[in-house]
Amino acid sequence: MEGQAGSKESNDCLITIRKSDETRIEIDSIVDHLFHDQILKAVEETLKEENIENVFVLVEDKGALDYTIRARLRVAINRMNKNV
Amino acid sequence: MFRSLLFVPGNNPSMLQNADIFMCDAIIFDLEDSVNLDEKDNARNLVETYLLTTKELPKAVILRINPVNSELINDDLKLLETRRIDYVLLPKANKISLFVLDKILNDLENKFELKQTKVICLVEEAKAIIEVYDLAIHERVRGLLLGAEDLTSELEINRTISGEEILYARSKVIYAAISNKIIPIDTPFTDINDTEGLIKDCKKALNLGMKAKTAIHPSQLETINDIFSPSKEAIEWAKALLAKAKTLNKGAFQFEGKMIDRPIIEKAKKIIEKAKLFDLM
Repeated sequence: MEGQAGSKESNDCLITIRKSDETRIEIDSIVDHLFHDQILKAVEETLKEENIENVFVLVEDKGALDYTIRARLRVAINRMNKNV
Repeated sequence: MFRSLLFVPGNNPSMLQNADIFMCDAIIFDLEDSVNLDEKDNARNLVETYLLTTKELPKAVILRINPVNSELINDDLKLLETRRIDYVLLPKANKISLFVLDKILNDLENKFELKQTKVICLVEEAKAIIEVYDLAIHERVRGLLLGAEDLTSELEINRTISGEEILYARSKVIYAAISNKIIPIDTPFTDINDTEGLIKDCKKALNLGMKAKTAIHPSQLETINDIFSPSKEAIEWAKALLAKAKTLNKGAFQFEGKMIDRPIIEKAKKIIEKAKLFDLM
């Protein structure tokens, strides 16, 4: 019921996703004060593209670019679905 | 035409995000040896998303896929649908693996209406050294890359700075490539802290006939580019020689005290072609 992808290395992010009663996104980023909204947007858009609802997503970000966040989330979703 | 090709591990965001600014002629995004088995999906997804969303890509994009007999191959080759990959690097290349890859690529190209995928063969097995000419004549193949680490491991011999142990393999790759008008690419120099060793290795490969070299660290690129580029003196010599050839319009003539004929003129033309391509004039 849980999927995880990425790392806590520089320019990467570790994303954890698991089923929940409602969709909730938590962001812990070293650049949160600058890029919180962009990270949130990347997560929300990717969840929508993958038709995923009612999940808890934790983004532990170490300065990842937009495409890295999207790629890691996509893999975390696939891994969560495989773990069901 | 390349001088330098840099290996970038497919699962390394820091390297990927700088891929377009490294001073190499091509980036090899690696899905194979530098990626652990349990991270293959992460690497593939990261490279795919990078290719689909990045405006300024490197000069040439090469994808090192996993071996064709692995269950990973079909997912790796799906990245061709991004239409942003210039070459596929086939690991453990031999006649059979190239045949299998060709079949998979034919099916993919028909299904998704892709243009023909160009292939660089990674020649890293004793069997591949024996079969290297058959790889070079294949219509998809545009380059042969010698992989000396795997080869010497199979032979159970040590690599040395002088490189005598790979002379035969280097020569086979060079002659197979040049005789089929494709590019021979040299094996990487693996000690990233030994600049003197890298210089010697590059010069040795160049003097044997290699036209480019792979790098495993960005710090190796300047040296590789310097050595595999035509020198300023060579460019000036070629310009002056071609100017005289044009003026005289003769099959053979004297230039700087030496007899010049068609092969020397062709050599000068190649120097100018490379100099233009690499922005050296």
